[in-house]
Amino acid sequence: MLCLLFLRDRCLSACAGHWALRRMKPSQRINLALSRVPAWPLYIVGGLVPFWYLYLGLTGGLGVEPIEALEHRLGELALQGLIAGLAVTPLRNMTGVNLVKFRRAIGLVTFYFVTCHLLVWLVLDVQILSQIWADILKRPYITIGMIGFVLLIPLAVTSNNWSIRKLGPLKWRRLHQLGYAAAILGAVHWVMLAKGFQIEPLVYLGIVVLLLAMRVPKAVKRAVA
Amino acid sequence: MAGRYKSPLTHADVTPKAAWLNRRQIIAGAMAAGGASIASPALASLGARKTSYGSGLEPNTFEEITSYNNFYEFGVGKDDPAQNAGAMQTSPWSVVIDGMVDRPGTYSMDQILEGQTLEERIYRFRCVEAWSMVIPWVGFELADLLDRVGVQSGARYVAFETAVIPEVMPGVRRRVLDFPYVEGLRLDEAMHPLTIMATGIYDEPIPNQNGAPMRLVVPWKYGFKSIKSIVRITLTDSEPPTSWNKANAREYGFYSNVNPTVDHPRWSQATERRIGGGLFAARQETLMFNGYENEVAGLYEGMDLSVNY
Repeated sequence: MLCLLFLRDRCLSACAGHWALRRMKPSQRINLALSRVPAWPLYIVGGLVPFWYLYLGLTGGLGVEPIEALEHRLGELALQGLIAGLAVTPLRNMTGVNLVKFRRAIGLVTFYFVTCHLLVWLVLDVQILSQIWADILKRPYITIGMIGFVLLIPLAVTSNNWSIRKLGPLKWRRLHQLGYAAAILGAVHWVMLAKGFQIEPLVYLGIVVLLLAMRVPKAVKRAVA
Repeated sequence: MAGRYKSPLTHADVTPKAAWLNRRQIIAGAMAAGGASIASPALASLGARKTSYGSGLEPNTFEEITSYNNFYEFGVGKDDPAQNAGAMQTSPWSVVIDGMVDRPGTYSMDQILEGQTLEERIYRFRCVEAWSMVIPWVGFELADLLDRVGVQSGARYVAFETAVIPEVMPGVRRRVLDFPYVEGLRLDEAMHPLTIMATGIYDEPIPNQNGAPMRLVVPWKYGFKSIKSIVRITLTDSEPPTSWNKANAREYGFYSNVNPTVDHPRWSQATERRIGGGLFAARQETLMFNGYENEVAGLYEGMDLSVNY
Protein backbone atom coordinates (compact mmCIF):
# COMPACT_ATOMS: atom_id res chain seq x y z
CA MET A 1 0.00 0.00 0.00
CA LEU A 2 2.69 2.40 1.06
CA CYS A 3 4.60 1.39 -1.96
CA LEU A 4 1.70 2.20 -4.24
CA LEU A 5 1.19 5.59 -2.65
CA PHE A 6 4.82 6.38 -3.18
CA LEU A 7 4.59 5.43 -6.82
CA ARG A 8 1.53 7.59 -7.31
CA ASP A 9 3.37 10.50 -5.73
CA ARG A 10 6.36 10.11 -8.01
CA CYS A 11 4.09 9.95 -11.00
CA LEU A 12 2.19 13.09 -10.03
CA SER A 13 5.32 15.13 -9.45
CA ALA A 14 6.82 13.96 -12.72
CA CYS A 15 3.61 14.90 -14.54
CA ALA A 16 3.61 18.30 -12.87
CA GLY A 17 7.23 18.86 -13.93
CA HIS A 18 6.42 17.91 -17.47
CA TRP A 19 3.36 20.14 -17.45
CA ALA A 20 5.41 23.10 -16.21
CA LEU A 21 8.01 22.55 -18.89
CA ARG A 22 5.30 22.50 -21.54
CA ARG A 23 3.89 25.78 -20.28
CA MET A 24 7.32 27.43 -20.61
CA LYS A 25 8.00 29.86 -23.43
CA PRO A 26 10.72 28.78 -25.87
CA SER A 27 13.04 31.46 -24.48
CA GLN A 28 12.54 30.13 -20.95
CA ARG A 29 13.31 26.65 -22.15
CA ILE A 30 16.48 27.92 -23.80
CA ASN A 31 17.43 29.77 -20.62
CA LEU A 32 16.85 26.62 -18.60
CA ALA A 33 19.07 24.64 -20.93
CA LEU A 34 21.72 27.38 -20.85
CA SER A 35 21.71 27.42 -17.06
CA ARG A 36 23.41 24.03 -17.22
CA VAL A 37 26.10 25.27 -19.67
CA PRO A 38 29.14 26.70 -17.93
CA ALA A 39 30.95 29.78 -19.29
CA TRP A 40 34.48 28.52 -18.74
CA PRO A 41 34.79 26.57 -22.04
CA LEU A 42 34.59 29.93 -23.83
CA TYR A 43 37.91 30.90 -22.23
CA ILE A 44 39.55 27.69 -23.36
CA VAL A 45 38.22 27.75 -26.92
CA GLY A 46 38.80 31.50 -27.27
CA GLY A 47 42.27 31.17 -25.79
CA LEU A 48 43.26 28.49 -28.27
CA VAL A 49 41.93 30.13 -31.46
CA PRO A 50 44.89 32.52 -31.98
CA PHE A 51 47.27 29.63 -31.42
CA TRP A 52 45.40 27.63 -34.03
CA TYR A 53 45.85 30.50 -36.49
CA LEU A 54 49.50 30.77 -35.51
CA TYR A 55 49.90 27.09 -36.24
CA LEU A 56 48.17 27.55 -39.63
CA GLY A 57 50.47 30.47 -40.37
CA LEU A 58 53.56 28.42 -39.57
CA THR A 59 52.46 25.48 -41.70
CA GLY A 60 51.29 27.35 -44.82
CA GLY A 61 47.59 27.22 -43.98
CA LEU A 62 47.25 31.00 -44.21
CA GLY A 63 48.68 31.34 -47.70
CA VAL A 64 51.95 32.89 -48.84
CA GLU A 65 51.56 36.07 -46.74
CA PRO A 66 50.70 34.68 -43.29
CA ILE A 67 51.47 37.89 -41.37
CA GLU A 68 48.76 39.92 -43.09
CA ALA A 69 46.34 36.97 -42.96
CA LEU A 70 46.93 36.41 -39.23
CA GLU A 71 46.55 40.11 -38.50
CA HIS A 72 43.29 40.36 -40.42
CA ARG A 73 41.76 37.19 -39.02
CA LEU A 74 42.46 38.26 -35.45
CA GLY A 75 41.07 41.72 -36.15
CA GLU A 76 37.91 40.25 -37.60
CA LEU A 77 37.55 37.87 -34.64
CA ALA A 78 37.90 40.80 -32.26
CA LEU A 79 35.18 42.69 -34.09
CA GLN A 80 32.94 39.64 -34.02
CA GLY A 81 33.55 39.37 -30.26
CA LEU A 82 32.63 43.02 -29.72
CA ILE A 83 29.44 42.47 -31.70
CA ALA A 84 28.60 39.32 -29.72
CA GLY A 85 29.05 41.25 -26.47
CA LEU A 86 26.86 44.09 -27.70
CA ALA A 87 24.17 41.66 -28.86
CA VAL A 88 23.51 40.19 -25.39
CA THR A 89 21.23 42.96 -24.11
CA PRO A 90 19.12 43.49 -27.27
CA LEU A 91 18.73 39.72 -27.57
CA ARG A 92 17.35 39.52 -24.04
CA ASN A 93 15.04 42.49 -24.57
CA MET A 94 13.67 41.18 -27.82
CA THR A 95 13.50 37.43 -27.29
CA GLY A 96 13.94 36.87 -23.58
CA VAL A 97 16.98 34.68 -24.20
CA ASN A 98 19.47 35.57 -21.51
CA LEU A 99 23.18 35.19 -22.25
CA VAL A 100 24.35 37.60 -19.57
CA LYS A 101 26.25 34.89 -17.73
CA PHE A 102 28.49 34.45 -20.79
CA ARG A 103 29.10 38.13 -21.35
CA ARG A 104 32.15 38.43 -19.12
CA ALA A 105 33.81 35.56 -20.95
CA ILE A 106 32.86 37.08 -24.32
CA GLY A 107 34.32 40.42 -23.25
CA LEU A 108 37.57 39.06 -21.88
CA VAL A 109 38.15 36.74 -24.82
CA THR A 110 37.46 39.66 -27.16
CA PHE A 111 40.03 41.79 -25.34
CA TYR A 112 42.47 38.93 -25.73
CA PHE A 113 41.79 38.82 -29.52
CA VAL A 114 42.33 42.58 -29.79
CA THR A 115 45.60 42.23 -27.86
CA CYS A 116 46.78 39.42 -30.16
CA HIS A 117 45.81 41.50 -33.22
CA LEU A 118 47.84 44.40 -31.85
CA LEU A 119 50.81 42.16 -31.01
CA VAL A 120 50.89 40.70 -34.53
CA TRP A 121 50.87 44.23 -35.93
CA LEU A 122 53.68 45.35 -33.58
CA VAL A 123 55.95 42.33 -33.63
CA LEU A 124 55.38 40.62 -36.98
CA ASP A 125 54.05 43.36 -39.26
CA VAL A 126 55.62 46.76 -38.59
CA GLN A 127 58.60 45.47 -36.57
CA ILE A 128 60.37 48.83 -36.48
CA LEU A 129 59.82 50.69 -33.20
CA SER A 130 60.19 54.21 -34.61
CA GLN A 131 57.75 53.39 -37.38
CA ILE A 132 55.21 51.96 -34.92
CA TRP A 133 55.09 55.23 -33.01
CA ALA A 134 55.00 57.29 -36.21
CA ASP A 135 52.14 55.16 -37.51
CA ILE A 136 50.10 55.53 -34.31
CA LEU A 137 50.37 59.32 -34.49
CA LYS A 138 50.29 59.81 -38.25
CA ARG A 139 47.81 57.27 -39.61
CA PRO A 140 44.22 58.00 -38.58
CA TYR A 141 43.03 54.40 -38.93
CA ILE A 142 45.80 53.22 -36.62
CA THR A 143 45.17 56.06 -34.15
CA ILE A 144 41.51 55.08 -34.05
CA GLY A 145 42.25 51.38 -33.61
CA MET A 146 44.70 52.21 -30.85
CA ILE A 147 42.16 54.40 -29.00
CA GLY A 148 39.67 51.53 -29.23
CA PHE A 149 42.21 49.19 -27.65
CA VAL A 150 43.04 51.64 -24.85
CA LEU A 151 39.33 52.07 -24.07
CA LEU A 152 39.02 48.32 -23.59
CA ILE A 153 41.83 48.10 -21.00
CA PRO A 154 39.79 49.39 -18.01
CA LEU A 155 36.94 47.09 -19.06
CA ALA A 156 39.17 44.04 -19.05
CA VAL A 157 40.72 45.04 -15.72
CA THR A 158 37.31 45.44 -14.04
CA SER A 159 35.70 42.32 -15.48
CA ASN A 160 35.53 40.56 -12.10
CA ASN A 161 33.13 40.42 -9.15
CA TRP A 162 35.47 42.30 -6.84
CA SER A 163 35.51 45.32 -9.18
CA ILE A 164 31.73 45.33 -9.47
CA ARG A 165 31.45 45.39 -5.67
CA LYS A 166 34.16 47.99 -5.35
CA LEU A 167 32.74 50.35 -8.00
CA GLY A 168 29.09 49.68 -7.33
CA PRO A 169 26.85 48.41 -10.16
CA LEU A 170 25.91 51.85 -11.45
CA LYS A 171 29.44 53.16 -11.81
CA TRP A 172 30.61 49.81 -13.15
CA ARG A 173 27.91 49.76 -15.81
CA ARG A 174 28.71 53.29 -16.85
CA LEU A 175 32.39 52.43 -17.16
CA HIS A 176 31.57 49.43 -19.31
CA GLN A 177 29.64 51.59 -21.74
CA LEU A 178 33.11 52.45 -23.07
CA GLY A 179 32.63 49.20 -24.97
CA TYR A 180 30.12 51.01 -27.20
CA ALA A 181 32.77 53.49 -28.29
CA ALA A 182 35.37 50.74 -28.71
CA ALA A 183 33.07 48.76 -31.01
CA ILE A 184 32.39 51.82 -33.18
CA LEU A 185 36.11 52.64 -33.34
CA GLY A 186 36.99 49.04 -34.19
CA ALA A 187 34.53 48.92 -37.07
CA VAL A 188 35.56 52.37 -38.36
CA HIS A 189 39.20 51.23 -38.14
CA TRP A 190 38.44 48.51 -40.68
CA VAL A 191 36.29 50.72 -42.93
CA MET A 192 39.13 53.24 -43.09
CA LEU A 193 41.80 50.80 -44.16
CA ALA A 194 39.76 49.15 -46.92
CA LYS A 195 40.72 50.00 -50.51
CA GLY A 196 37.97 50.78 -52.99
CA PHE A 197 34.30 50.18 -52.17
CA GLN A 198 34.21 47.09 -49.97
CA ILE A 199 30.99 45.74 -48.50
CA GLU A 200 32.25 43.58 -45.63
CA PRO A 201 33.66 46.27 -43.31
CA LEU A 202 30.57 48.41 -43.93
CA VAL A 203 28.34 45.49 -42.94
CA TYR A 204 30.23 45.16 -39.64
CA LEU A 205 29.92 48.88 -38.97
CA GLY A 206 26.21 48.69 -39.80
CA ILE A 207 25.66 45.86 -37.31
CA VAL A 208 27.48 47.75 -34.55
CA VAL A 209 25.44 50.89 -35.20
CA LEU A 210 22.22 48.85 -35.24
CA LEU A 211 23.03 47.13 -31.94
CA LEU A 212 23.74 50.49 -30.33
CA ALA A 213 20.63 52.10 -31.84
CA MET A 214 18.50 49.36 -30.26
CA ARG A 215 19.54 50.68 -26.86
CA VAL A 216 18.41 54.22 -27.53
CA PRO A 217 14.65 53.93 -26.71
CA LYS A 218 15.35 52.46 -23.28
CA ALA A 219 18.01 55.05 -22.53
CA VAL A 220 15.62 57.83 -23.50
CA LYS A 221 12.91 56.35 -21.25
CA ARG A 222 15.38 56.18 -18.36
CA ALA A 223 16.43 59.77 -18.91
CA VAL A 224 12.82 60.95 -18.95
CA ALA A 225 11.83 58.99 -15.85
CA MET B 1 63.73 45.59 -80.12
CA ALA B 2 64.49 42.74 -77.80
CA GLY B 3 67.73 42.64 -75.86
CA ARG B 4 68.18 46.35 -75.22
CA TYR B 5 68.08 46.02 -71.46
CA LYS B 6 71.15 44.48 -69.85
CA SER B 7 71.75 43.41 -66.28
CA PRO B 8 74.15 41.27 -64.30
CA LEU B 9 71.70 38.54 -63.28
CA THR B 10 72.03 35.25 -65.05
CA HIS B 11 69.50 32.56 -65.67
CA ALA B 12 71.27 30.50 -63.05
CA ASP B 13 69.71 32.80 -60.45
CA VAL B 14 66.22 31.62 -61.28
CA THR B 15 64.78 28.78 -59.28
CA PRO B 16 65.26 25.81 -61.61
CA LYS B 17 62.02 24.89 -63.30
CA ALA B 18 62.37 21.30 -62.19
CA ALA B 19 62.57 22.45 -58.58
CA TRP B 20 59.40 24.48 -58.57
CA LEU B 21 57.50 22.02 -60.70
CA ASN B 22 58.44 19.37 -58.22
CA ARG B 23 57.20 21.50 -55.36
CA ARG B 24 53.97 22.15 -57.15
CA GLN B 25 53.37 18.43 -57.56
CA ILE B 26 53.93 17.90 -53.87
CA ILE B 27 51.48 20.67 -53.00
CA ALA B 28 48.95 19.45 -55.56
CA GLY B 29 49.25 15.96 -54.14
CA ALA B 30 48.81 17.21 -50.60
CA MET B 31 45.77 19.24 -51.58
CA ALA B 32 44.22 16.35 -53.47
CA ALA B 33 44.72 14.17 -50.42
CA GLY B 34 43.04 16.85 -48.33
CA GLY B 35 39.94 16.74 -50.51
CA ALA B 36 40.69 19.95 -52.37
CA SER B 37 41.89 20.16 -55.92
CA ILE B 38 43.83 22.66 -57.96
CA ALA B 39 43.87 22.94 -61.68
CA SER B 40 47.13 21.62 -63.02
CA PRO B 41 48.11 23.97 -65.81
CA ALA B 42 49.36 22.66 -69.06
CA LEU B 43 53.11 22.72 -68.91
CA ALA B 44 53.59 24.27 -72.31
CA SER B 45 56.87 26.10 -72.47
CA LEU B 46 56.77 29.47 -74.22
CA GLY B 47 60.40 29.12 -75.26
CA ALA B 48 61.26 32.62 -74.14
CA ARG B 49 64.72 33.90 -74.97
CA LYS B 50 66.97 33.28 -71.99
CA THR B 51 68.45 36.59 -70.99
CA SER B 52 70.11 38.00 -67.93
CA TYR B 53 67.76 40.36 -66.15
CA GLY B 54 67.40 41.39 -62.54
CA SER B 55 70.15 42.24 -60.07
CA GLY B 56 71.03 39.40 -57.80
CA LEU B 57 67.38 38.77 -57.14
CA GLU B 58 65.84 35.51 -56.08
CA PRO B 59 62.48 35.07 -57.79
CA ASN B 60 59.40 34.08 -55.85
CA THR B 61 57.97 30.64 -56.45
CA PHE B 62 55.27 30.02 -59.03
CA GLU B 63 52.82 29.33 -56.16
CA GLU B 64 53.54 32.64 -54.47
CA ILE B 65 53.22 34.62 -57.69
CA THR B 66 49.97 32.93 -58.69
CA SER B 67 48.17 32.61 -55.34
CA TYR B 68 48.55 36.12 -53.88
CA ASN B 69 47.07 38.64 -56.27
CA ASN B 70 45.14 41.87 -56.44
CA PHE B 71 42.69 41.64 -59.33
CA TYR B 72 39.58 43.32 -57.93
CA GLU B 73 37.41 42.21 -60.84
CA PHE B 74 37.62 38.75 -59.27
CA GLY B 75 37.20 39.84 -55.63
CA VAL B 76 39.10 41.85 -53.05
CA GLY B 77 40.67 38.90 -51.20
CA LYS B 78 44.23 38.01 -52.15
CA ASP B 79 43.18 34.43 -52.97
CA ASP B 80 39.99 35.43 -54.81
CA PRO B 81 41.66 35.87 -58.23
CA ALA B 82 43.26 32.42 -58.07
CA GLN B 83 39.89 30.95 -57.08
CA ASN B 84 37.67 32.83 -59.53
CA ALA B 85 39.73 33.85 -62.55
CA GLY B 86 39.79 30.37 -64.04
CA ALA B 87 36.32 30.98 -65.49
CA MET B 88 37.61 33.75 -67.78
CA GLN B 89 38.03 32.69 -71.41
CA THR B 90 41.28 34.10 -72.75
CA SER B 91 41.29 32.42 -76.12
CA PRO B 92 40.27 33.79 -78.53
CA TRP B 93 41.26 37.28 -77.32
CA SER B 94 41.59 40.49 -79.20
CA VAL B 95 42.87 43.94 -78.37
CA VAL B 96 41.58 47.15 -79.86
CA ILE B 97 44.42 49.53 -80.63
CA ASP B 98 43.13 52.97 -81.53
CA GLY B 99 43.52 56.68 -81.08
CA MET B 100 46.54 58.42 -82.55
CA VAL B 101 48.05 55.48 -84.41
CA ASP B 102 48.66 54.90 -88.11
CA ARG B 103 47.15 51.41 -88.18
CA PRO B 104 44.21 51.29 -85.74
CA GLY B 105 42.17 48.14 -85.51
CA THR B 106 41.19 45.04 -83.62
CA TYR B 107 44.19 42.78 -83.29
CA SER B 108 44.01 39.12 -82.30
CA MET B 109 46.58 37.83 -79.82
CA ASP B 110 48.19 35.88 -82.67
CA GLN B 111 48.59 39.06 -84.68
CA ILE B 112 50.01 40.91 -81.66
CA LEU B 113 52.54 38.18 -80.92
CA GLU B 114 53.50 37.55 -84.54
CA GLY B 115 57.18 38.27 -85.01
CA GLN B 116 57.72 39.37 -81.40
CA THR B 117 60.68 37.87 -79.57
CA LEU B 118 59.54 36.72 -76.15
CA GLU B 119 62.13 37.42 -73.49
CA GLU B 120 62.44 36.50 -69.86
CA ARG B 121 62.69 39.51 -67.55
CA ILE B 122 63.23 39.05 -63.84
CA TYR B 123 61.78 42.19 -62.25
CA ARG B 124 61.05 43.39 -58.76
CA PHE B 125 57.32 43.90 -58.26
CA ARG B 126 56.30 46.38 -55.55
CA CYS B 127 52.66 46.67 -54.56
CA VAL B 128 51.38 50.00 -53.21
CA GLU B 129 50.25 47.98 -50.16
CA ALA B 130 53.95 47.61 -49.17
CA TRP B 131 54.52 43.99 -50.15
CA SER B 132 56.74 42.85 -52.97
CA MET B 133 57.83 39.91 -55.09
CA VAL B 134 60.43 39.10 -57.71
CA ILE B 135 58.82 37.74 -60.85
CA PRO B 136 60.40 36.09 -63.89
CA TRP B 137 58.08 37.57 -66.52
CA VAL B 138 58.00 36.49 -70.13
CA GLY B 139 57.06 39.17 -72.60
CA PHE B 140 58.10 41.72 -75.18
CA GLU B 141 58.72 45.43 -75.09
CA LEU B 142 55.63 47.60 -75.40
CA ALA B 143 57.71 49.85 -77.67
CA ASP B 144 57.87 47.03 -80.22
CA LEU B 145 54.08 46.82 -80.36
CA LEU B 146 53.64 50.59 -80.52
CA ASP B 147 56.23 50.87 -83.29
CA ARG B 148 54.33 48.30 -85.29
CA VAL B 149 51.02 50.15 -85.13
CA GLY B 150 52.71 53.48 -85.78
CA VAL B 151 52.43 56.17 -83.10
CA GLN B 152 51.42 59.51 -84.61
CA SER B 153 53.50 62.57 -83.83
CA GLY B 154 50.94 64.32 -81.62
CA ALA B 155 50.46 61.36 -79.26
CA ARG B 156 51.79 61.90 -75.73
CA TYR B 157 50.06 59.28 -73.61
CA VAL B 158 49.00 55.63 -73.80
CA ALA B 159 45.72 54.53 -72.18
CA PHE B 160 44.95 50.91 -71.32
CA GLU B 161 41.73 49.12 -70.44
CA THR B 162 41.03 45.75 -68.77
CA ALA B 163 38.32 43.37 -69.93
CA VAL B 164 34.93 43.56 -68.19
CA ILE B 165 33.12 40.22 -68.13
CA PRO B 166 30.50 40.49 -65.37
CA GLU B 167 29.42 36.83 -65.71
CA VAL B 168 32.80 35.63 -64.48
CA MET B 169 33.87 38.71 -62.48
CA PRO B 170 32.11 38.94 -59.09
CA GLY B 171 34.03 42.12 -58.19
CA VAL B 172 32.60 43.89 -61.24
CA ARG B 173 29.09 43.01 -60.13
CA ARG B 174 29.84 44.41 -56.65
CA ARG B 175 31.24 47.67 -58.11
CA VAL B 176 34.35 47.67 -55.94
CA LEU B 177 35.82 50.16 -58.41
CA ASP B 178 34.43 52.07 -61.39
CA PHE B 179 35.03 49.33 -63.96
CA PRO B 180 36.44 48.86 -66.56
CA TYR B 181 39.81 49.22 -64.90
CA VAL B 182 41.83 51.80 -66.79
CA GLU B 183 45.46 52.82 -66.59
CA GLY B 184 47.84 55.07 -68.45
CA LEU B 185 51.45 55.95 -69.10
CA ARG B 186 53.24 58.91 -70.57
CA LEU B 187 54.50 57.96 -74.03
CA ASP B 188 58.16 58.08 -72.98
CA GLU B 189 57.37 55.74 -70.07
CA ALA B 190 55.53 53.40 -72.43
CA MET B 191 58.45 53.40 -74.89
CA HIS B 192 61.05 52.74 -72.18
CA PRO B 193 62.87 49.43 -72.72
CA LEU B 194 61.97 48.27 -69.19
CA THR B 195 58.24 48.50 -69.99
CA ILE B 196 56.95 45.19 -71.26
CA MET B 197 53.77 43.40 -72.22
CA ALA B 198 53.90 40.13 -70.29
CA THR B 199 52.35 36.95 -71.61
CA GLY B 200 54.10 34.46 -69.36
CA ILE B 201 55.65 33.68 -65.99
CA TYR B 202 58.41 31.11 -65.51
CA ASP B 203 58.28 30.43 -69.26
CA GLU B 204 54.66 29.31 -69.02
CA PRO B 205 51.55 31.11 -70.31
CA ILE B 206 50.54 33.72 -67.76
CA PRO B 207 47.74 32.42 -65.47
CA ASN B 208 44.41 34.27 -65.55
CA GLN B 209 44.83 35.64 -62.03
CA ASN B 210 48.04 37.35 -63.14
CA GLY B 211 46.39 39.03 -66.13
CA ALA B 212 46.10 36.57 -69.01
CA PRO B 213 46.50 36.66 -71.88
CA MET B 214 48.51 39.89 -71.83
CA ARG B 215 49.29 42.49 -69.20
CA LEU B 216 51.47 45.52 -68.78
CA VAL B 217 54.54 45.40 -66.52
CA VAL B 218 56.16 48.68 -65.47
CA PRO B 219 58.65 47.58 -62.81
CA TRP B 220 59.48 51.00 -61.35
CA LYS B 221 55.85 51.84 -60.60
CA TYR B 222 53.46 50.45 -57.99
CA GLY B 223 51.84 47.23 -59.14
CA PHE B 224 48.40 48.66 -59.83
CA LYS B 225 49.86 50.58 -62.80
CA SER B 226 50.68 47.24 -64.44
CA ILE B 227 47.18 46.69 -65.80
CA LYS B 228 45.98 43.15 -66.46
CA SER B 229 44.02 41.33 -69.18
CA ILE B 230 44.21 44.23 -71.62
CA VAL B 231 41.49 44.67 -74.26
CA ARG B 232 42.22 48.22 -75.42
CA ILE B 233 45.25 50.40 -76.00
CA THR B 234 44.61 54.01 -76.99
CA LEU B 235 47.16 56.65 -77.94
CA THR B 236 46.08 60.13 -76.88
CA ASP B 237 47.39 63.66 -76.54
CA SER B 238 46.03 64.20 -73.03
CA GLU B 239 46.60 62.44 -69.69
CA PRO B 240 44.13 59.55 -69.54
CA PRO B 241 42.05 58.82 -66.42
CA THR B 242 43.34 55.99 -64.20
CA SER B 243 41.13 53.83 -61.97
CA TRP B 244 42.72 54.27 -58.56
CA ASN B 245 43.21 57.96 -59.14
CA LYS B 246 39.49 58.24 -59.93
CA ALA B 247 38.65 56.27 -56.76
CA ASN B 248 40.92 58.32 -54.50
CA ALA B 249 43.04 61.06 -56.04
CA ARG B 250 44.68 62.00 -52.75
CA GLU B 251 46.12 58.52 -52.36
CA TYR B 252 46.91 57.45 -55.92
CA GLY B 253 48.50 59.77 -58.46
CA PHE B 254 48.92 59.31 -62.20
CA TYR B 255 52.63 58.54 -61.93
CA SER B 256 52.67 56.25 -58.88
CA ASN B 257 56.39 55.65 -59.12
CA VAL B 258 57.79 53.53 -56.31
CA ASN B 259 59.22 56.11 -53.92
CA PRO B 260 60.22 55.35 -50.31
CA THR B 261 60.25 59.05 -49.43
CA VAL B 262 56.63 59.75 -50.42
CA ASP B 263 54.24 57.93 -48.10
CA HIS B 264 50.80 56.71 -48.96
CA PRO B 265 48.49 58.79 -46.71
CA ARG B 266 47.48 55.65 -44.81
CA TRP B 267 50.80 53.84 -44.56
CA SER B 268 54.53 54.27 -44.95
CA GLN B 269 56.22 53.37 -48.22
CA ALA B 270 59.72 53.34 -46.71
CA THR B 271 59.82 49.57 -46.29
CA GLU B 272 58.24 46.52 -47.83
CA ARG B 273 57.78 42.85 -47.06
CA ARG B 274 58.95 40.39 -49.65
CA ILE B 275 56.37 37.63 -50.01
CA GLY B 276 57.65 34.18 -49.15
CA GLY B 277 59.45 34.88 -45.87
CA GLY B 278 56.71 33.25 -43.79
CA LEU B 279 55.46 34.38 -40.42
CA PHE B 280 58.73 35.97 -39.35
CA ALA B 281 59.69 37.73 -42.59
CA ALA B 282 61.71 40.88 -41.94
CA ARG B 283 60.83 44.11 -43.67
CA GLN B 284 63.33 45.46 -46.15
CA GLU B 285 63.98 48.96 -47.38
CA THR B 286 62.09 50.05 -50.46
CA LEU B 287 64.36 51.27 -53.24
CA MET B 288 63.86 54.49 -55.19
CA PHE B 289 62.02 53.67 -58.42
CA ASN B 290 61.95 50.11 -57.08
CA GLY B 291 65.67 49.77 -57.79
CA TYR B 292 65.47 51.03 -61.38
CA GLU B 293 66.66 54.55 -60.59
CA ASN B 294 69.62 54.45 -62.98
CA GLU B 295 67.37 53.47 -65.87
CA VAL B 296 64.35 55.73 -65.32
CA ALA B 297 65.21 58.71 -63.09
CA GLY B 298 65.92 60.73 -66.25
CA LEU B 299 62.26 60.49 -67.26
CA TYR B 300 61.30 62.66 -64.29
CA GLU B 301 64.09 65.21 -64.30
CA GLY B 302 62.92 68.55 -62.94
CA MET B 303 59.66 67.13 -61.62
CA ASP B 304 58.68 67.41 -57.96
CA LEU B 305 57.94 63.77 -57.16
CA SER B 306 56.09 64.61 -53.95
CA VAL B 307 53.61 66.60 -56.04
CA ASN B 308 53.59 64.23 -59.01
CA TYR B 309 53.19 61.11 -56.86
